[in-house]
Amino acid sequence: MQMKARTTGLAAMAIILAVMPLTFPNGYYYDIADTALFNAVVCVGLNLLIGYTGQISLGHAGFFALGAYASAILTLRWHVPPLVALLAGAAMVGSLAFVIARPILRLKGHYLAMATLGIGIIIFIVLNTESWLTGGPDGLTTDNFTLLSWKLKGDGGWYWVGGGLLLLAVWLSLNLIDSPVGRALRAVHGSEVGAEVVGVNTTHYKVLVFVVSAVFASVVGSLFAHRIGLITPGIGSFFRSVELVTMVVLGGMASTFGAVVGAVILSVLPHVLTAFEDYEAVVLGLIMMTTMIFMPKGLVPTIARLWRRRRASA
Amino acid sequence: MFAEFLQYLLSGITVGAIYALAGLGFAIIYNSSHVINFAQGEFIMIGGMATSSLVAAGLPLWAAVLLAVVITMLVGVAVEFFAVRPARNADVVAVIIITIGASIFLRGLAQLIWDKESHALPSFSGDAPIHLLGATIVPQSLWVIGVSFLSILVLGWFFNRTLFGKAMLATAYNRLAAQLMGIRVKRVLTASFGMSAILGAIGGIVITPITYTNYEAGVMLGLKGFSAAVLGGLGNGLGAVVGGLIVGIAESLGAGYISSSYKDAIAFVIILFVLFFMPNGLFGKRGTERV
Repeated sequence: MQMKARTTGLAAMAIILAVMPLTFPNGYYYDIADTALFNAVVCVGLNLLIGYTGQISLGHAGFFALGAYASAILTLRWHVPPLVALLAGAAMVGSLAFVIARPILRLKGHYLAMATLGIGIIIFIVLNTESWLTGGPDGLTTDNFTLLSWKLKGDGGWYWVGGGLLLLAVWLSLNLIDSPVGRALRAVHGSEVGAEVVGVNTTHYKVLVFVVSAVFASVVGSLFAHRIGLITPGIGSFFRSVELVTMVVLGGMASTFGAVVGAVILSVLPHVLTAFEDYEAVVLGLIMMTTMIFMPKGLVPTIARLWRRRRASA
Repeated sequence: MFAEFLQYLLSGITVGAIYALAGLGFAIIYNSSHVINFAQGEFIMIGGMATSSLVAAGLPLWAAVLLAVVITMLVGVAVEFFAVRPARNADVVAVIIITIGASIFLRGLAQLIWDKESHALPSFSGDAPIHLLGATIVPQSLWVIGVSFLSILVLGWFFNRTLFGKAMLATAYNRLAAQLMGIRVKRVLTASFGMSAILGAIGGIVITPITYTNYEAGVMLGLKGFSAAVLGGLGNGLGAVVGGLIVGIAESLGAGYISSSYKDAIAFVIILFVLFFMPNGLFGKRGTERV
């Protein structure tokens, strides 16, 4: 049963991804879709941390930005091939996350929020200040993503890479959750002490998930840098970290598809709201408050529950 | 040499006082509800912006200040009533999102009501600098330090000497027991948001003549206030005040002696170090978890 739900979910997503471009009238839609896909991959990773282990990170945009800057700097200044730069960035972010994970994940609740927030802000300030390396507030321009002689470009290309990456991320995430690791993670979320008592090495799992989610963010950051062509420290700001967490929570904590839905909604929303640009912050704030008040479990789990209830009563 | 140090110290105490007020705001709300109110910085911003625009509209300073404090208090009460109260039983993460949502909402609203420009306020008693052992201090700094100190004293009196203050403390210690003793816990919660908003507004008003303010000014001030509260140990009022002063002074010394571009990072570096070694802050209680 579990198995079946997983494959149908993945298949449905693949079909939606394949059909979507048919409805895009022009390149602008690809821009939006690519952003949505990138955000979705980051959120799938972040959801593992927030939704399944019950930890919070208010600094994930920092990891995203580090990945992006690693790619931009390595390809631009030292002409490292993009794929190698991407992997180097991921390795660097992964090691950084690994080093800070232990002391940080000892913290709970608001203390953890504070610590992750602090790390995000420190990364942001470093990117802003070390202009000799990062270009400071003006940022860095980046080149196309190339692999040997193949050059990733145009509207469609990035969409398929993003889509493929998202399917891969969702597949990985669903598998991780259904594995013994996943069950251990959920035990950590339920009660950390309880999990420890029954023999789960909680620190080990929390560190693992923290590193995995940071690497997800870094890889996407690298790709984003090539896609967008110009990166500024703003991509690692506190606001971006908050946005990522909001996507996860809005779509539904502890729901992989929920994280995807939340990411897509919040990525598309600003483009829908361009007509009322001045009201964007007000509307975003209202959405954050009302969904959390009326649907504290997030969109997807709430809708799924309503659906089941209707089916049961019918 | 010493004069330079004194100069940094004085400006550190000035900003530290504002962080202390913000930190106290976090502590009061945390105590009554275990909520971290990320909109605390917006209270500071609203206090400054409202006073500035009311003075610009021709009101005398004292009237503008009074009105701005009342407006900010009402905003604080509204945040509690419309956003925090309906989410009583939600997850910590959900409540964090709600108060961050409230802060983004208030910032957006401020940008609509006012604009994106910087707003000034004249100093309360002139700009002639006062010389002190080789360092100089503007009169407004004395206002900031004096008013903050007075606010903290009044708050101390309120919590230790008035019935309602004691009721709030009782609620902080044990919510259920307080409720059983006939304390209206809901009212305590509302009052805590109102009081935190007042503290924020006061800080925002006294600092605006020195730093100016704009619709985004609350973001960093709020986060520094949060650092102050965490540094002192969440829920410890005195700890938050000490934490605020530490953050302010360290920031000012760091900006002076190390690098001014890393001024904003210093607070967070300190907080990370402290949390790595003392996960409950400097003066926080050691918590135990029930399964």
